[in-house]
This record gives sequence, structure tokens and C-alpha cells, in this order.
Amino acid sequence: MSVPKRRLSERVEAIAPSGIRRFFDLIATMDGVISLGVGEPDFTTPWHIREAAIYSLERGHTMYTSNHGLLELRQLLSRHIERLYGVHYDPTTELMVTNGVSQGLDVVARSLLDPGDEVIVPDPGYVAYAPCVTLSGGIVKPVPTSSDRGFSVEAADIEAAVTPRTKALLLGYPNNPTGAVLSRAQMLAIADAAERHDLLVISDEIYDRLVYDGEHVCVPSLPGMRERTVLLGGFSKAYAMTGWRVGFVAAPAELLAGIVKIHQYTALCASNPSQRAAIEALRAGEGDVQAMVEEYDRRRRVMVKGLRDCGLPTFEPKGAFYAFPSVAPTGMDDVEFAEKLLMEEKVAAVPGSAFGACGHGHLRCCYATSLDKIEEAVDRIGRFVARHAAVASARGGA
Amino acid sequence: MDRVNRQILTILESDACAPAGRIATMLGIEVADAEARIARLEQDRVIVSRRALINWEKTDDELVWALIEVRVSPQRDVGFDAIANRIARFPETRAVYLVSGTYDLAVQVVGHSLKEVASFVSEKLAPLAEVQGTTTHFLLKRYKDDGVLLSELGEPERLPVTP
Repeated sequence: MSVPKRRLSERVEAIAPSGIRRFFDLIATMDGVISLGVGEPDFTTPWHIREAAIYSLERGHTMYTSNHGLLELRQLLSRHIERLYGVHYDPTTELMVTNGVSQGLDVVARSLLDPGDEVIVPDPGYVAYAPCVTLSGGIVKPVPTSSDRGFSVEAADIEAAVTPRTKALLLGYPNNPTGAVLSRAQMLAIADAAERHDLLVISDEIYDRLVYDGEHVCVPSLPGMRERTVLLGGFSKAYAMTGWRVGFVAAPAELLAGIVKIHQYTALCASNPSQRAAIEALRAGEGDVQAMVEEYDRRRRVMVKGLRDCGLPTFEPKGAFYAFPSVAPTGMDDVEFAEKLLMEEKVAAVPGSAFGACGHGHLRCCYATSLDKIEEAVDRIGRFVARHAAVASARGGA
Repeated sequence: MDRVNRQILTILESDACAPAGRIATMLGIEVADAEARIARLEQDRVIVSRRALINWEKTDDELVWALIEVRVSPQRDVGFDAIANRIARFPETRAVYLVSGTYDLAVQVVGHSLKEVASFVSEKLAPLAEVQGTTTHFLLKRYKDDGVLLSELGEPERLPVTP
């Protein structure tokens, strides 16, 4: 008998299985767990946005839209980006609506990368970055970041990773999982490096509105960067619209024309009702964004102070909605810490190593959850750390 | 009003029990500063009282609520204030507002029975000299009170862990 044919593609087999899947499955079976493990707002979408989508269904807007997305939405997006960051995208040729940033990232990677092209990605970073690059035939070149430098990626480290095969730099700031935000000076240095080495920049700015200290620097708004940047953004985080799956790609016309080619065959268009909801979000959602950002900011302070009071060194996150404490004082690695914390205290948080090698020894704690839960979770973590730090020091002393 | 005070009010409006220490952490200010600001806001009666929002419909108490439109004649020098304050002093009234439109005062009244509310209107409110007429609307069901939804559709589902 012949050897059975391989069922799954080599491409798929090459993607490492998620090391924390087992951990996630465990949570689903437990009661009374406080989860700091989510990556989405705990607010439901503001009512006027939901109502606009309901109305669009009543009106019968149930058909495909243009591959690029509804023109009205692209026009609003164009004005929105220009108002916030002073950079202009032509709504007819330079903007495309996607099923969230995830799908946007996939089509962008597939449109830009040839087999063997290298993409520089700061580590730790969002879990989808590496697989999206790999699935497109690209090779991920992680650049390490660390808490003592605020988890920001340095231009010099990027340059050190550049080879003749380097095609692009993939940035995600404000950062998931660390909450790091890059300053204008840091961004300018990176932009300078990108120009010098003729790199494209794929900039995932899904958390752009969630910045608490300082400003969000939009990559294409920097001098010379618009022409070499593909901007990814969306509605999930700012407007609490994760389940709607609606985001966008903004890029120079020449690049966007290529990106649309793949999008039209693989996604066709983003969901019509979701696009209608996004129109309402841009028209009348600014007040909601401000109110939610204010609320996240308050929770951020409670979470960071709480974790530090537990004895876990915690870098102060400046954006997104994650704190990324180090679990080093307990002598445990992040996976062991997360598993024991879940079993002993019923608090779920994501081990930092899920986001890259430099996330080792850290825990991603999302503060997009109610204050009561944050306070209770921090109490439990405090108890847990006290118990295990005592054990660690006894072991160390013996 | 300064930004910090406005945020303190927003926090207390949604949680009257929020301790000053927590508020201080939330806003990145000193605890003493938060305490002083809250004390000042209370002293100035910006914070009037701290109380619970109760859904009496879920208790055994049979309470009858009514919204009463009251048309009154304003008086020289004191306008609507004298009559409005006079009506507001009756313990049966829960709220008294001066409004624009076809009537002047909107009065919310609560009683233990229909009869009790009706007799308040006919015996206390209507006979007042300045009151020209009243229209009583009994409240049948409460959907939202003070900005809080009272319907119980449950929390939307949220996955415990997402990337």
C-alpha cells in the first residue's frame, strides 16, 4: 500500500500549534473565573451605532458592496484620518474596507510579500503577525524589545536586522500585549531607517484612539512615509465593535490596487450592515470614544497600581488596554504562573510568551473589564504572589 | 468646572459608594486631594446626596406612581418659585420640575394606592389657589430610570480569552 497523501498543506503544518490552547480550553470548563484574558472592550457597541445597523436592515441594505467598501464610508474615513493625523487618502483609490484588521493584514501580507522576503517584527507583538507573514511565504525577523526600555523598538535594532532580503517592517503601536506607545522622536528615527533601507512599513494602528499619555503618532503622517506605508485600522477597539468585523486598509493607489486584487477574490467585501454601522460610528461616535477612553484610563491606573502593590514589576502602559507585569519575583515562568493562577485563584490572564520570545516572564492582563472585577482579580493575584514569593525565597535561602 | 472634578462626578454618579482612595488611583491624584475635592463638592451641594437606585417593582410593596401636569399662575416677584416650592414640600411628591410647553410644572408623585394619589391631587394639589388645572398620568411600567436600563435581557456573551 502506498503512503497516504498528506491531508493538510505543508504551509499549515509549518504553523506551530498554539501553546496556550490547552489553557484556554481549561478556562471554558471552570466557574467563577475572572478573566483578564480578553482582547476586546467590555462595552457593548453604543446604541446609536447598533440602531443604525438595524435601520439599514429594515431598509434592505443586504447586498454586496463594492470590493473597496461603501463609498460613503470611505469618504468619511478619509476625512476622519485627515482630521486626526493630517494625512490624506483618496477615498476612491487609496482606501479599502476590510473584515477587521485581521483580514486586512492577511491581504496586505499576501499582496506585498514574495517567498523569502523578510519582515521585521518587534517582539513581543500581536499573535497573528508571524502566521500572516509566514502564510504569505515571508520570513519573520523578530526584533527584541524589553520592559527596561518601555517595550519600544529602537531604530538601531531594526537596522541591525536589515538584510538584502528585508522587504517590510510590521509595526503595531499602541502595542498588544505590552501597551507600549512610540514617541514622535522614536517614530521619526524608525521612519528614517525605513527610508534609508527602502523598507515598506505595514502599520497596524487598531489601538490608535486608546492612548492615555501623550499622542498617537500615525506612521504615514511622518515626512516621506505616506508613500511607503500601508496603514491598517478599524472600529473594533475605539468604538467597541469587535464582533462587527470592520476595518480598513489605507495605502498609496499603486499598492492598494494590488491589495484589492486579492481582497476581491478572497473576501469580496466587508459585511454590508457592519459598514453601515461604521458610517454611524464615524458620523456620531466621537463622544462615545472619548467616554470609553476616559474609563479605560481610570481602570488602567487601578490595574497598574494593583499589580505593582502585588509586588509584580509593571511597566506603565501608555496605550491599548493591557498591562504586562513581570512575574519574575515568583520564580515561575509565565506559563506556569498563568496555569497556577487559574487553578488556585481562578484568574485568567494570557502568558506573555504567546506573543513572542520577549514576552517570556510576563503576563498580559486586560483592563477592559469592570473595576470591581479588576480589584477582585488584583486581590487574588496579590494573595497568589505572596504565597509563591514566600516559597521562592525559602527555596532560594535553603 | 475642572476636568478632575468632572471625572469625580462621573464616577460617583455611576457608583455612589466609590471610596476616595479608589477615585484617587483612577484619576492619578493624591488621596487627600480627592477627599478635599469631594468634600468641597458636597459642601457646595453639587453632590446633593448619595443613594441607591431601587427598582420597587421587584419588591412586594404596591406603589403607585404618577406624573402630573400642573398649570399654575405665576405670582408677582417670585414667579413660579413660590408655588413650585410649596408643591415640592409635600412628601408625596418625588420630583417637581418647571417645564416649557402647554403646562408649567411636571410633578412626580408616589403613593401606596390609586386612591392615595388621587386624593393627594384632588385634596392637596388642585385646591391650591395658584393651580389652574392638573392632568394625571399613572405610570404603568418603568423601562429606564436615572439613565439605568431596568429591563433584564442579561449580559451579552463574551469569550473568556481572545487574542
